Amino acid sequence: MRHEDKLPVLLQTALSDPRQTGAQPVAPAWRAGTDMDRARQQGRGRAGVAAGAVALPTDGLPRDPLARRITALHFPTLAMDRYLRHRDRMGNPVPDDLPLALAVDGPHGPILHATNRAARLAGMRLGERVVDMRALCPDLQVEFADIAGDRAMLARLMLWCRRWCPWTALDGETGLVMDSTGSDHLWGGEAAMLRDIEEKFALMGLSCDLAIAPTHGAAWALSRHGGLRETCHGPELAQRMAPLPVAALRLAPDTVLLLQRLGLKTVGDLAAVPRRALARRFARAPLGQNPLMRLDQMMGRLAEPVQSPDDPPRFAVQSRLPEPVIDPDPHLPALAQELCAGLAAEGMGARRVTLTLYRTDGEVAALSVATARASRDAAHLLGLFEGRLERLDPGFGFDLITLEASVVEALDMVQTRIDGHVDGETELARLIDRLSARFGADRITRPALKDSHIPERRERWQSAMVPAAGTLAPPRRPRPLRLLDPPEEIRVLYAVPEGPPVQFTWRRLAHKVTRFAGPERIAPEWWADRPSARLRDYYRIETQHGRRYWLYREGLAGDGRGGPPRWFLHGVFA
Amino acid sequence: MRCAPPAPKTAAQLLSDRATDTVGAADSPTLTEIFAENASDGGPLGFLLAQIDPACGPVLWISDRLSRQESGRLCIAGLPRPLEVIAVDVNRPLDVLWAMEQGLGCGVLGAVVGEIWGDPPQLDFTATKRLALRAEAHGVAAWLIRRAANPNLSAARKRWRVASLAALPDPDDSRAPGAPLWQATLFRSRWGAPGDWVARPTAQGGLHLDHRVEADAALPRAAEH
Repeated sequence: MRHEDKLPVLLQTALSDPRQTGAQPVAPAWRAGTDMDRARQQGRGRAGVAAGAVALPTDGLPRDPLARRITALHFPTLAMDRYLRHRDRMGNPVPDDLPLALAVDGPHGPILHATNRAARLAGMRLGERVVDMRALCPDLQVEFADIAGDRAMLARLMLWCRRWCPWTALDGETGLVMDSTGSDHLWGGEAAMLRDIEEKFALMGLSCDLAIAPTHGAAWALSRHGGLRETCHGPELAQRMAPLPVAALRLAPDTVLLLQRLGLKTVGDLAAVPRRALARRFARAPLGQNPLMRLDQMMGRLAEPVQSPDDPPRFAVQSRLPEPVIDPDPHLPALAQELCAGLAAEGMGARRVTLTLYRTDGEVAALSVATARASRDAAHLLGLFEGRLERLDPGFGFDLITLEASVVEALDMVQTRIDGHVDGETELARLIDRLSARFGADRITRPALKDSHIPERRERWQSAMVPAAGTLAPPRRPRPLRLLDPPEEIRVLYAVPEGPPVQFTWRRLAHKVTRFAGPERIAPEWWADRPSARLRDYYRIETQHGRRYWLYREGLAGDGRGGPPRWFLHGVFA
Repeated sequence: MRCAPPAPKTAAQLLSDRATDTVGAADSPTLTEIFAENASDGGPLGFLLAQIDPACGPVLWISDRLSRQESGRLCIAGLPRPLEVIAVDVNRPLDVLWAMEQGLGCGVLGAVVGEIWGDPPQLDFTATKRLALRAEAHGVAAWLIRRAANPNLSAARKRWRVASLAALPDPDDSRAPGAPLWQATLFRSRWGAPGDWVARPTAQGGLHLDHRVEADAALPRAAEH
């Protein structure tokens, strides 16, 4: 709808004299392929369309339940592949012969979650405890698995897989499922499509098992328990499924065990059992523990459409300029207005906005700004780019400008006050945005308090872009106003080794201690520190000039953790 | 509770305000400079924090690299009153001035504090005048902490020089330092007479100024060692 509205204006601008339009902003257009537009016209998402296609026969004929083609993808070593890829990118690749495992927390200590090839060859088994496996293989290297990161990666891959067919969905923790009905001919047939998918994933460093079958259940079973890139058609479905083990039915492990104890080892065995007997035995079992329903899903007697989630909303506008410009400034306000209007129509606000400038010679420059709170105020978003556009090299000029809200959040309408003032929180968030855009988000910080005895660990300064953390009770003993980071070593004269200092030299100046309070002993945190960490005895002292400092002695003489104790100046009191 | 941000005033309004109401003007938020006698002294900081009211809103705390390196970072556990702090760590004194100007335009802030090391050429009369006018227009107090600096030409409305004095005796421990005392010299003031005081924080965290003679008479001095 938007495209048609803007097209005449664009054409008109393009046809007029470029010298006159040099400073005139060109009307921005929405980037092609915004699914937002389509969704608005249709009024329902993809899941609805997919479900309708399966459930409703359009021409009144009985539906062939095995007419669809479902592709199942299984990533057997997703966590390890991702970790190895990460190490490669960090420039620290894992040697092939090093046994490596990823662990997750279990009820009795960490257990193995993923292993690499060397570890598998050394006999490491998944689900075993790390200590047991270390006993077998002492040089096993163990890292902690990032389960949430793996899940997020799989969700991104799910969206990326829409390059092959439009309906894709997550399938468990390590799988994807795609409804590729009618899409395979675009890739030269099913076999060629499967090869293409496998190749693309292999280039990313991910190994995957693939299969195509008429139902989700059959495709799942073939991808996990079948051959290489197997395809199966409706007529031979029952025959192909018969030799597969019952674990291929997507059943819970205890149900699989039960079936094996009953002597039903394969799908064929289960299919041979009278239907009535199975229905009576598993009448109240939920889907994951009900072999009959799973069997029906596999054979197409029970519909199981691919529930594909909608594309995330994408907000991007562009200005295609009739003539290259050196200074993109005059074109930005119109782009920002259009983007913010689109965001407002969907009830969203931008957390991150990316401006991309395409040069005539093919170079691309991108600038990105972030906001502390979701915003759709065009003037504010534009202000964040202020002063950063000058640093771009225009070369022979830019001919395409795009502005994209790359991270968006829901943002409700807020009533402004009658005198036009914005509320305090918004004003503060905008100040943080402006400062972050200029100095970098890591320079604008707020204290994040952590319950710790060690003074420098108690407060960590974290970016003000994330919401403020909670508060802690103030410590009972006096604390200095300033902390030196790191503490500076001083040379100290003392009467007794465990006593307070009498005189110390700091920054080449001698200070005489007139009064002192302490010591206050702070022991190392054994759960976070190295075993050789030493305790600290803090003294609050006053010098002959009236200045008050916070000193500490690290360790005790003869505590067996290093040489004689060293002294440090850590803080300054008011 | 937050103070409501007042509407920005025009220059003419400000002039007439100052001409008619000199008493009120002395207390209204403005630009104040505090010079530290010694760069590693914590006294000027305590003197400043005693004058910031946490109820007025969060504090934007901007420091340049040398200040952080030489005199450390703010420690939240040691603040006399709980204060919401947003720290801005920049490298150059020029960035401190820019960030202060941005912060002074935001009426919800309680105060904007800038720490500048030495005498950078950018911190001249014009720069301080801009800060002072902006602070007065938006009603946000601006504070400059100057370390290792000379009091050159500046438009700051109040200029203090602060040093630590030997603390009061601790009532519980005769060998320990108690509540702090500071020597505060107001050597330039737009709306009041300059003077020399002995300052100390009150029990509520505010500031109490005594003349030196009174302080000597009223407060028992610490035993000389």
